[in-house]
Amino acid sequence: MDLIFEGVAVSRGSRRVLEDIDAVLRRGRVTAIIGPNGAGKSTLLKAAVALLPATGVIRIGDQPVATMPSRQRAAAVGYLPQDATVHWNLRARDVVALGRLARRSAFAAPSHADDAAVEAALAATETTALADRPIADLSGGERARVLLARVLAGEPEWLLADEPLASLDPAHQIDILDQLRRVAAAGSGVAIVLHDIAQAARVADDVLVLKNGCIAAFGPASAVLTPAMLEPVFEVAFGTVDGVHPICIPIGRLGR
Amino acid sequence: MTRSLKLMLLTAIVALAFALSLAAGKQWLPLDGEAARAIMIELRLPRALLGLVLGAVLGLSGAVLQGYLRNPLADPAVVGVSSSAALGAVAAILYAGASSVILFAAAMTGAGGAMLLLVALTWRSASPVAFILAGTVLASLAGALTAFLISIAPDPYAIASVLDWMMGALTDRSLADAARAIPPMAVGAVLLLLTARSLDALTLGEDAARSLGVRLGRLQALVVLGTGLTVGAGVAVTGVVGFVGLVVPHLLRPVFGHRPSDLLLPSALGGAALLLVADSLCRLAPGASEVRLGVAMALIGAPFFLALLLRHRNRAWI
Repeated sequence: MDLIFEGVAVSRGSRRVLEDIDAVLRRGRVTAIIGPNGAGKSTLLKAAVALLPATGVIRIGDQPVATMPSRQRAAAVGYLPQDATVHWNLRARDVVALGRLARRSAFAAPSHADDAAVEAALAATETTALADRPIADLSGGERARVLLARVLAGEPEWLLADEPLASLDPAHQIDILDQLRRVAAAGSGVAIVLHDIAQAARVADDVLVLKNGCIAAFGPASAVLTPAMLEPVFEVAFGTVDGVHPICIPIGRLGR
Repeated sequence: MTRSLKLMLLTAIVALAFALSLAAGKQWLPLDGEAARAIMIELRLPRALLGLVLGAVLGLSGAVLQGYLRNPLADPAVVGVSSSAALGAVAAILYAGASSVILFAAAMTGAGGAMLLLVALTWRSASPVAFILAGTVLASLAGALTAFLISIAPDPYAIASVLDWMMGALTDRSLADAARAIPPMAVGAVLLLLTARSLDALTLGEDAARSLGVRLGRLQALVVLGTGLTVGAGVAVTGVVGFVGLVVPHLLRPVFGHRPSDLLLPSALGGAALLLVADSLCRLAPGASEVRLGVAMALIGAPFFLALLLRHRNRAWI
């Protein structure tokens, strides 16, 4: 089912952080959410997981996320927060197994389906070899993959990731993005907040650009990721590099 | 060693500690005759029973609070429930005579008041940070009120019994005391055990936990009610016994792993064993009177804890 925003607005205190958000994010595609700092990117994801109260309607198919029972919502939407802290030194496998919590009935031990999903998520993120190591012993890149595996283990219909590439080197960034592409190819919806416009071009089918809490542009990546679209949003001059698709890179501030 | 084997071993240790608590004293059991029966049923049995359940709930609530607050330094004292229960008990001793029924009721009232205040103070945010702040402030307020009550006490002799009570002890408790304390403790323990899965989810932080279906408001209610009932009832019959809730989860974390839900049952067993052994040692200490359990726990617990900190000071997780 598609992830649909209809007239969504979010306020924090007296400040409007998001306004007039109307968008249909398609399942089976990767949607990158980009925009300058403070544009409301993280807020949009949080509202979609019902972590923040929003006015208007956010729904998956015809089910509004705000009124879904919390466990049903948790099973449908996997959320990878920006904060990668793991507060106790669990084994990597146990961290991944947390992704199954919403799918397990109360007091039941993990079922075969749970174990299988955890193993599959470990395999998909190439972390099977790390599974029995304490999370504190892993490098930043390994930990990011384990945390992604945690969300994958829940087999969500929609995967929402808030800057999953922060603090990763290019090789690990590409690993994570390829993994997210595979998730979308397998039929789930994927929405990722990204800072790096070049990486957005690499991974995204669609791009949603936010500025000052409003949608500045939304459409197929090839149409949105052009200097003409991006320059007024980021107030930066862009150049293009030819690759598989042309990639926009920032080259200097506008008007300086 | 598998988890169930470790649990069985821990249970065996608790059984041994219980037997020790029944047998140990200035008069070692078994003795012959009526005196032995009286010592056993009227003195040792209630004491061992109370030690068992009090240790269990203190260990359990310590493990739950450390998981909930994601902080290895949390223990039941930070919630302010024990200080508030103590405030109620001290008021009862000073102004209503020291009958154990009135004392129990007053201490539970104190604990209940603390729970209500905690919920009222943190209701809207349901955040562990607000919780620990409110609890700490509540604890110091209750402590200050207790000191105030003592300083305006009409009867100087009552102050001695207040101080004596505040040190915490299992001495001379009856089966009736145990019967009053155990039901609220049992209910509270069930509420605390219900938090297991939510505590695991909180390992990933509040946002991730909520996205996994955890309702933080419900979790907080379980933690407040569970701690209030268990620790409140504990303070009501034995006075303030510290350190069990802090030390036991620490001791067991290397053995049972760091996942919060894996520590709940072991911490209950470990708390019971520790309290039973400590109480038995109190009785065996030389001197005409007994060392108070609360004092003994602090005397054993504090240096032990410092040693633990020294040994692990280079680790990110204690």
